[in-house]
Amino acid sequence: MSDLFIAGIVVFVLASFVGLEVISKVPPTLHTPLMSGANAISGITIVGALVAAGTGSGTAATILGFLAVAAATINVVGGFLVTDRMLHMFQPKAPRRGKGG
Amino acid sequence: MARLLYLAAAVAFIIGSPRTARGGNRIAGAGMLLAIIVTLVDQDVVGWGTIVAGLVVGGVAGGLLALRVQMTAMPQLVAAFNGFGGLASVLVALAEIDRVAAAFDVETGVVAVLTLAVGAITFSGSFVAYAKLQGLMTGRPIVLAGGKTANAVMALGIAALGVWAVAAEVAPAFWIATAVALILGVFAVIPIGGADMPVVISLLNSLSGVAAALAGFIISNEALIVGGALVGAAGLILTIQMGEAMNRTLANVLFSGFGGATGPVAMSDKPVKRATPDDVAISLAYAETVVVVPGYGLAVAQAQHAVRDLATQLEERGVRVAYAIHPVAGRMPGHMNVLLAEADVPYEQLLDLEQSNPRFGLTDVVLVIGANDVVNPSARDDATSPIYGMPILEVDRARTVVVVKRSLSPGFAGIDNPLFYKDTTMMLFDDGKAAVESIIGALATV
Repeated sequence: MSDLFIAGIVVFVLASFVGLEVISKVPPTLHTPLMSGANAISGITIVGALVAAGTGSGTAATILGFLAVAAATINVVGGFLVTDRMLHMFQPKAPRRGKGG
Repeated sequence: MARLLYLAAAVAFIIGSPRTARGGNRIAGAGMLLAIIVTLVDQDVVGWGTIVAGLVVGGVAGGLLALRVQMTAMPQLVAAFNGFGGLASVLVALAEIDRVAAAFDVETGVVAVLTLAVGAITFSGSFVAYAKLQGLMTGRPIVLAGGKTANAVMALGIAALGVWAVAAEVAPAFWIATAVALILGVFAVIPIGGADMPVVISLLNSLSGVAAALAGFIISNEALIVGGALVGAAGLILTIQMGEAMNRTLANVLFSGFGGATGPVAMSDKPVKRATPDDVAISLAYAETVVVVPGYGLAVAQAQHAVRDLATQLEERGVRVAYAIHPVAGRMPGHMNVLLAEADVPYEQLLDLEQSNPRFGLTDVVLVIGANDVVNPSARDDATSPIYGMPILEVDRARTVVVVKRSLSPGFAGIDNPLFYKDTTMMLFDDGKAAVESIIGALATV
């Protein structure tokens, strides 16, 4: 196994524990924005998608890259926007939004 | 240099993810932007057209979905986003397989198989969950004969294909394994009932993170590994908490085909006390403390704004109003809180299970709207009940309980509720929104 791969496992394990620690402190009231925010972060796959789309050659690579970038971008843009929308509603004393239908 | 900047992006995710304020979300967003820019600068990009097209299509679609979604539809939106996350990881892995012509070293090959399997199950499973939540298919469990055996065979098949793919460096074997995983995702989620969706969405959320982290191993990128691990951990915590809130183990949720009425229900023929909106308005107006218990029925009836109006009028009369929210009140963790926040209910008035239960003994009137199983005293008192041991909101300790419900039909668990037959309980049979509006009307004359 390469050193890079083992370093990756170390990073994964440590990040998992950090995640368990910080996220278990989020109050239940905010669990939906927590999940949609996490969703946006899982869109980090966009980095891999950009590499695939930008450096690949051949039709298959181009199609896969395009689809990967599109799917990951939906996740990133949609996830962050909808989380921002929800957290805005939880803000105390902020100017209230109109009561939409 | 690029790797340090990816690390900075990962740190931004860690700092941003647990914050309650919008600032935290924006820090995480800035981390994402940094990771994207670093990638574009660091790589020798030749296919700008492909990238721009993907960014525009995905950005417009994601933006429209995020800005136009109704808060009631949030669970299916998150399910869809989970699915796209899983799909993106699958596509990244397939592109890498194409690039290296399936010639991986052993560990990367194994990770590629895992990425394809987890990502594909997340993708197809999430869209089945979406279809259930959106009402495109029945929310009841669809239990197929031999379903569990079929799932086990498919899982073994993916493993076998994976071994073949890695050992013989055969690209089509990777593709076939992906196709089998897509089918497995569908079969894994269709037997799960609508009421169990909070657990399923949390689990799929976790898996979408795991898929991203695995993809990070394929392309040796720490930002993916850290971001994916964080999401995996967040989803895992929520999965466990939702399971505890329903007194169910994960295995039970996934394999029992529960979460929907499964057979004829033995309904009690004991009399209930029917109330009119005037009766309810009078008891609310003369109460000192009122606790509202919203359930999924409230969300379905879009009654959250009407409830907020009712609470405002009661507060003007000096009544103290709070909301007691069960962890599985909605169709995803924290869903009910979002719906009430949208209706401008102050954050401080939203009480969770632990905060609510000590209060009910001191509460004059509890108004239960569209909730059933989460206020069922059988879960506490009747060891023979299927929901025995599930944490409930103990509303039966309040002086008066008003239950707003369409009919006496049982809840998702298909269990009769002794709360309805208590002397201190009044039943108001109506649609949640119509009932609250008629209570508001009656209140004006009290």
